[in-house]
Amino acid sequence: MKPIYMDNNATTRVAPEVVEEMLPYFSEFYGNPSSMHTFGGQVAAKVEEAREKLAALLGAGPEEIIFTSCGTESDSTAIWAALRSNPDKRHIITTKVEHPAVKNLAEYLGSQGYRVTFVPVDGQGNLDLDYLYDHLSDDTAIVSVMWANNETGVIFPVEEIAARVTDHGAVFHTDAVQAVGKVPINLGENKVQMLSLSGHKLHAPKGVGALYVRRGTKFAPFLMGGHQERGRRAGTENVASIIGLGKAAELAAAHLEEENKRVKKLRDKLEKELLARIPNAMVNGNPEKRLPNTTSIAFEFVEGEAILLLMNEFNICASSGSACTSGSLEPSHVLRAMGVPFTAAHGSIRFSLSIYNSEEEVDLVIEKLPPIIERLRKLSPFWAEHRKKASCAC
Amino acid sequence: MWEYTDKVKEHFLNPRNVGEIEDADGVGEVGSLACGDALKLTFKVDENERIVDAKFKTFGCASAIASSSALTEMIIGKTVDEAAKITNEQIAEYLGGLPKEKMHCSVMGRDALEKAIAHYRGQPEKKIEGEIVCECFGVTDVQIRRAVNENKLASIEEVTNYIKAGGGCGNCHEKIQAIIDAELGRPAEKKPKPKRLTNIEKIRLVQETLEREIRPQLLQDGGNIELVDVDGDTVLVKLQGSCASCQMSQVTLKDYVEAKLKELVTDSLVVEEVR
Repeated sequence: MKPIYMDNNATTRVAPEVVEEMLPYFSEFYGNPSSMHTFGGQVAAKVEEAREKLAALLGAGPEEIIFTSCGTESDSTAIWAALRSNPDKRHIITTKVEHPAVKNLAEYLGSQGYRVTFVPVDGQGNLDLDYLYDHLSDDTAIVSVMWANNETGVIFPVEEIAARVTDHGAVFHTDAVQAVGKVPINLGENKVQMLSLSGHKLHAPKGVGALYVRRGTKFAPFLMGGHQERGRRAGTENVASIIGLGKAAELAAAHLEEENKRVKKLRDKLEKELLARIPNAMVNGNPEKRLPNTTSIAFEFVEGEAILLLMNEFNICASSGSACTSGSLEPSHVLRAMGVPFTAAHGSIRFSLSIYNSEEEVDLVIEKLPPIIERLRKLSPFWAEHRKKASCAC
Repeated sequence: MWEYTDKVKEHFLNPRNVGEIEDADGVGEVGSLACGDALKLTFKVDENERIVDAKFKTFGCASAIASSSALTEMIIGKTVDEAAKITNEQIAEYLGGLPKEKMHCSVMGRDALEKAIAHYRGQPEKKIEGEIVCECFGVTDVQIRRAVNENKLASIEEVTNYIKAGGGCGNCHEKIQAIIDAELGRPAEKKPKPKRLTNIEKIRLVQETLEREIRPQLLQDGGNIELVDVDGDTVLVKLQGSCASCQMSQVTLKDYVEAKLKELVTDSLVVEEVR
């Protein structure tokens, strides 16, 4: 049975056009782009073509793109580069709701003598901008704020933040892994200095990412060795995947409107119908400033893993902010930072759609999920209690 | 994806004995919404103290629901005394095993059963025994000790898997480790006793510690360290490589090099940098 895949913020299907573009570069054109011979050189030309396509999607120059192995590598590279090239500055600002790729690195740096400020969010997941600006100082080396949150889809005003931060003389980096391909990005018109992205979130394969570094930004490589990527990222290029990422960027530009119209409409339908059919359910995060494909819905008094496994019986794929799926016992740090109560945080499910989802699939989830929640609530001691209280109030 | 046995899946998808017995003889409630799982167990006995019916309501993940379901099957037909002997291990075994991260689900079953039996016997609600160690999940030292002994737990991670303690903020990890050490009969601290070292011993130990513990760490970050002299309790060192130019070198020197030497050589040492 074909899965009903609504977990596109976790990873996406590689687009068939991308696969097709990549295939010749495994066994036919397998040369090393660094080689002197034509056989390798033609591969180098193709890598440069991919760079141009990705740059075009971002409104950047090709020389501002460094290919990496993943979003995490891009994030690490950006943050270390800012710290290494500003050794006299010992302060980092980031947010409480970053992806672990940034959050855990920031916490580590905090244990190594750096001062780290984690900017809080409000109940809707909006960033406390005043808090951020109040903590900017001459000692601030880098401010790293995600473009859009992976769990709730809430979008942060990174362009506004970038302007303030760079005016202040600090480096501004954004983890845009969830945003690229879903919201329009034009780096020619803002002050973002570094931007991370990941291939497999936009229908390219896993194992390839990129870091945008604005021309003139001080930089120090994370991986040292060969001269690849103009000495900014050593290591033989993941050629086929880079070519795939180039193609995916081209497709993303072409599909941006569909993402924001058809996919958004599907997401809105899914959300509206689920909320209408399931009592004690609510959306996590600012419903206005959100990625078009993402909805995080809290179902009170039930636990996320149980919901996921029952959905799994129908081959519906989503994810949860619940503790039980992650190996840690605390519910998602994002939902907790937003102050989502435990009653709701444990039972939050994220649906993230893509252009490959159909209305039939959305309808199926709308049909299957309400009985699942009802079934689990019948099992839950808190649901009966809650109903009792509710009827008292009447 | 958790690896559940077919039996866990089966009990999760088709839980037995769901509900609440209205005029129950024994009622046991454990857990809370904040913890992420909770169980209410009710049972009824006949005139021979044999459990004739048991029902449960559970908020939690698949294995919490399966453990509760299994528990009701296990106790129906047993006398209260027999049921009282059921351990969390037996609940897990009944299900063909649980992933180690999910053992706390079987512990929750055992705890609910214990409470329900105490309620049936008219024993006063047990006061929380001991002191809360894990604030996040409200786990006491008595509970941790019991879990460590019953399940032969040897690490904080295992304790978290079984009774959740330490799975939240992590502030209690030291205390949990101390309990594990005490229960397993390990020396409370590995620190060498602060016996008086001769000068030769001290210098040798400083050298050894630098070589074995400190230098490899600094080398990882592209730095290095050289021992210049030991003058009484003052250790004079030279920082090299990336450490020499690093703004954080003073932090490294005091918080890492000095702390390590204090820990492994003697508490009175002071480290100073020779430039």
